[in-house]
Amino acid sequence: MVHRNSLTELAAGLRARTFSSVELVRAYLQRIEAAQPALNAFISITAEQALAAAAAADRELAAGRGGPLAGVPIAHKDLFCTAGVRTTCGSRMLDNFVSPYDATVVAKLKAAGAINLGKLNMDEFAMGSSNETSWFGPVRNPWNTDFVPGGSSGGSAAAVAARLVPGATATDTGGSIRQPAALCGITGIKPTYGRVSRYGMIAFASSLDQGGVLTTSAADAALMLREMAGFDPNDSTSVDAPVPDYVAELDAPLAGVRIGLIKEFVDEGLDRENELRIRDAVKVLERLGASLREVSLPNLPRSVPVYYVVAPAECSSNLARYDGVRFGHRCKEPRDLQDLYRRSRGEGFGAEVKRRIMTGTYVLSAGYYDAYYLKAQRVRQLIAADFKRAFGEVDVLVGPTSPTAAFRLGAKTADPITMYLNDIYTIGANLAGLPALSVPCGFVGGLPVGLQVVGPHFAEGRILNVAHHYQLETDWHRQSPERFA
Amino acid sequence: MSHESGWETVIGLEIHAQLATRSKIFSGAATAYGAPPNAQASLIDLGFPGVLPVLNREAVRMAVRFGLAIGARIARQSVFARKNYFYPDLPKGYQISQYELPIVAQGALDVVLDDGSGKRVGITRAHLEEDAGKSLHEGLGAFTGVDLNRAGTPLIEIVSEPDMRSAKEAVAYMKKVHTLVRYLEICDGNMQEGSFRCDANVSVRPKGSDKLGTRAEIKNINSFRYVEKAIQYEVARQIELIESGGKVVQETRLYDPDKGETRSMRTKEEANDYRYFPDPDLLPVALDEAFIEEVRTGLPELPDQKAARFSKDYGLSAYDAGVLTASRELADFYEDVRRAVPLQRGETGATLDVSTSKLTANVVMGDLAAALNRENLDILTVREDRMPPTRLAGLIFRTADQTISGKIAKEVFEAMWAGGESADVIIESKGLRQITDTGAIERAIEEVMAKNPGQLADYRAGKDKLFGFFVGQVMKATQGKANPAQLNELLKKKLPG
Repeated sequence: MVHRNSLTELAAGLRARTFSSVELVRAYLQRIEAAQPALNAFISITAEQALAAAAAADRELAAGRGGPLAGVPIAHKDLFCTAGVRTTCGSRMLDNFVSPYDATVVAKLKAAGAINLGKLNMDEFAMGSSNETSWFGPVRNPWNTDFVPGGSSGGSAAAVAARLVPGATATDTGGSIRQPAALCGITGIKPTYGRVSRYGMIAFASSLDQGGVLTTSAADAALMLREMAGFDPNDSTSVDAPVPDYVAELDAPLAGVRIGLIKEFVDEGLDRENELRIRDAVKVLERLGASLREVSLPNLPRSVPVYYVVAPAECSSNLARYDGVRFGHRCKEPRDLQDLYRRSRGEGFGAEVKRRIMTGTYVLSAGYYDAYYLKAQRVRQLIAADFKRAFGEVDVLVGPTSPTAAFRLGAKTADPITMYLNDIYTIGANLAGLPALSVPCGFVGGLPVGLQVVGPHFAEGRILNVAHHYQLETDWHRQSPERFA
Repeated sequence: MSHESGWETVIGLEIHAQLATRSKIFSGAATAYGAPPNAQASLIDLGFPGVLPVLNREAVRMAVRFGLAIGARIARQSVFARKNYFYPDLPKGYQISQYELPIVAQGALDVVLDDGSGKRVGITRAHLEEDAGKSLHEGLGAFTGVDLNRAGTPLIEIVSEPDMRSAKEAVAYMKKVHTLVRYLEICDGNMQEGSFRCDANVSVRPKGSDKLGTRAEIKNINSFRYVEKAIQYEVARQIELIESGGKVVQETRLYDPDKGETRSMRTKEEANDYRYFPDPDLLPVALDEAFIEEVRTGLPELPDQKAARFSKDYGLSAYDAGVLTASRELADFYEDVRRAVPLQRGETGATLDVSTSKLTANVVMGDLAAALNRENLDILTVREDRMPPTRLAGLIFRTADQTISGKIAKEVFEAMWAGGESADVIIESKGLRQITDTGAIERAIEEVMAKNPGQLADYRAGKDKLFGFFVGQVMKATQGKANPAQLNELLKKKLPG
């Protein structure tokens, strides 16, 4: 029953030697194996390496050593490079790719003592909102396996929601941590752009991608993020500023904290039931001493079109390296260079990835650059300015994470635009580089929905603090799908 | 090329100079030339999934050195952009370069042409970028090999204005840039290894027209001689084409040095749309005043400054000063020799007269340059053992103090070059000391007069031309050692009788 413990409790239990890391890892590996046919959350399970690492962690713990996460099992979204372990990015293109190095995030969590149990399923190259674009098949929502878990970090979210791991790494380019967190009833934080190193995190859209965590609580997220964050000389866009102790900041009182409800997010488009859950959640925060006002960010509704210019533009260039020459999928018997490129890429990439590469190539082309890419960058500045203005009035912004609860598999695959609108509430924080999280705030039709909290740059401590107080008052985050109890 | 008389040539050059950093521009891999294929390609150079570029500050410093040396504007903020295209030797599928905001803009270089006239060539911009790898086609059958050792080597691309009007001007400009980057120690200038190469944009227009003609770009030329020949060929081709009713098309061409011609590589329609956009993996390069001042303070004496000083302090002609300062190593060698000459006399700090400065210049630019050329050696190698400055100074000292004549000096130089002995040893062992004893010269003259009574009679009868005959005969009798000035004087006295 160890899986009923939070990540924080597991770390403490290991240190107190209530249980060993090997016991813990065995228990979780059993759960993973058992749930895999139903959920398909993992692409690779690294049982052998995990058990060896757990045994080593136990020796450290026995000697009174070991980092803050010593012996704690976790798993990585399969776009974090892991030395000697296949890293697929959910794509046929990298089906055979074994990374020769560890991503900085992987190395940091290893150094903190965490044990990696495997690599988590995801939308191909993190492009998707339902985890249906993975070459390795869709992930299913543990609350109801006919429904999607959200994406692109669907494997990470499903695994944490089903308590297959107490915490997982994930990435968020337009909502890929927060939206699946909401749809799976767990907690997920996307930090400030530059807070967590992108080195070794396979790029989708470099100016938007940010690594973060999925856990069952804000307190666990604080602990795991503290170990992951920090300046990395290998990432020029990582920020050289000390990492605060997010765990220590959790308990700061909420009295006097100014909360802004984003007006544009509770207008039309939001499911009525979902809106009620958000309004209930806000009342809880008010009861805890926070003050509430409604705040308008007039340019925010333009997030989706801006995002679907900027992200594809960057992706069209970032994915050019997958050409069948040095690594990854290579077509059989290429006739010549053009044939090698065309078939390797044609076979290696799925439909959604191709759609975005084509969109991105188009918006960067001579004659279209100004009208699309440049204009999108200008609107992006306006959106960032809206947030800046809002944070002059309030300390954090709140609103829904996703317009609806989880939808059925296949419900939106035929219409990319409907699928893209899933990220309408989450994209703004990426465009502005802001920290944002999602916490479970109730159910709609038996499926979880999430409350989103957005803070100013580097205010991870503050938004975790708000989320933590909310979770002290509510138990949505303690509920888990019965099937995986 | 008389048929060109009605046409004006317009040339602009894009010079690629590899920066002499120890590691690559965006990775820690070494940049040394000649390693086994792909031995110096890191995961970053290979464009592996997840890797990120980190800018090498030394490359930035070198670009700023260049910018300051050409009096350019140094951008306080410059931006790296991605130039997207597919090629096997371009691992990421894009080259990181600078596009809209280059680090260096609006400079100029003054060039001295062969006829001594000067010309200012504008430099539009110089930007930082990474080099691509190399595709190898030889010895691999149907396959193409890819060597990524060069991928990620830092380059500055120096883009000139279309200011040059002949192949010779283009070469003079390219040589000037070559001299400058080597002075600045930012590029080794090795053209065989591809450290310094250029693309030439060439067009022609009717004389007097102020509209530019359609240009062709000749790619990747890696020698001064080829630049000259390629441009000459291209100019003739374009003129012939137009005069025979054709039209020049905008295209990229390659120069084939074996055939001595350029041929089409791809036309404008086939050109890539590079889809440049700012690289989101790199922050803008921000430079503050303090950094720029620090780089400015560290600049060496530049070629133009050095040449001006050589002219002023040593009394050398502009041409000689230009030749001697064409490379920093040659200029240093010249100054070391010149400084060592008075030391031969046991004097220190003595100021040399202008004639010795010129004598030194003549020996360095004449005998020494010829010997280096002959054996394809460079000054840095020979100054270590074969011809240290002090040894050459010994020869110049003996010429200056009249121990040997200028003519004998050439013989002594060759003996020194061949055997590595000092001038004094050679002069003594070969008995080359100049005869300055009036009595000895007089005796030789008398013997020659006695042996050639016919010529003597003719001379005295008014055949003045025979004076030279007598100089030659006496020189022959003294094995060339008679002091020429003294000999002249004594002959004038003695021949008339």
